[in-house]
Amino acid sequence: MLPRIHGFDSGLFNEFRRLEQEMDQLFGAGFWPNTMQSVVNDNYPPINVGVTPEQVDIYLFAAGVNSENLDISINDNRLSIKGERHVERDDERNCFRKERYDGAFHKVVALPDDVDADKVEARYDNGVLHIVIQRRESSKPRQITVQ
Amino acid sequence: MSTSKEITKHDLQPKQRRDLPQRSIRPNVDILEDETGITLMADLPGVTKEGLDIQVDTETLSIDGKADIEMPEGMQALYADVRATRYQRSFSLSSELDGDKAEASLKDGVLSLRIPKREQYLPRKIEIRNG
Repeated sequence: MLPRIHGFDSGLFNEFRRLEQEMDQLFGAGFWPNTMQSVVNDNYPPINVGVTPEQVDIYLFAAGVNSENLDISINDNRLSIKGERHVERDDERNCFRKERYDGAFHKVVALPDDVDADKVEARYDNGVLHIVIQRRESSKPRQITVQ
Repeated sequence: MSTSKEITKHDLQPKQRRDLPQRSIRPNVDILEDETGITLMADLPGVTKEGLDIQVDTETLSIDGKADIEMPEGMQALYADVRATRYQRSFSLSSELDGDKAEASLKDGVLSLRIPKREQYLPRKIEIRNG
């Protein structure tokens, strides 16, 4: 078979995209229904919030962020996280997939009433920002002994 | 004999479907092409080097990553944008690309994968000799 002759803008680009779509259909539609999900860009970064009686855990799924530029604050039981992600895309190169979020973000999370704003820890590991806020002692379930 | 086998199979199928949490996230990617190859960047927050599996053969590139998220025991989810800890996405490779020479690195949850073009597809400078 003779190789097809094609221009720089139509070669790798189209074949790549067309076949990838077919694969997505294969995996997404028929095989594992309703299990594939794509994280939507206008909601960047996606967050999860979980609670235990002792603490509140907030996870920000923000890969490739410079953690030094993160601004985390708690005010009026609201956790505010500001940051920026800069994605380098060289203009000279053909960019044929551009899905990764590029720019500033600001997330506000409403916290339970009993959090202790003085007891907060934040870590950035492997692209996930994990914030742990302790809850006040009084909110923990207490065992009451009947005398 | 064959009947009993069939029954077992049927019994297993619905169970498997329930038990296997095959939920996975389709990671966002950037793909850039230049004269000598392509660079793919994928967002895989929470994935470590150990949890990442990249398969490249002549036709396919598959990315499979497991996020390692530290969670306290007994945690209840209040809100969740991310409902899976696995990332999966596959691409078909153009025959112009040399999967054998692919190189990958992972930093802060961002995968960077470089796949060069095969030598015969690289631009060549042609010298002009003086007549």
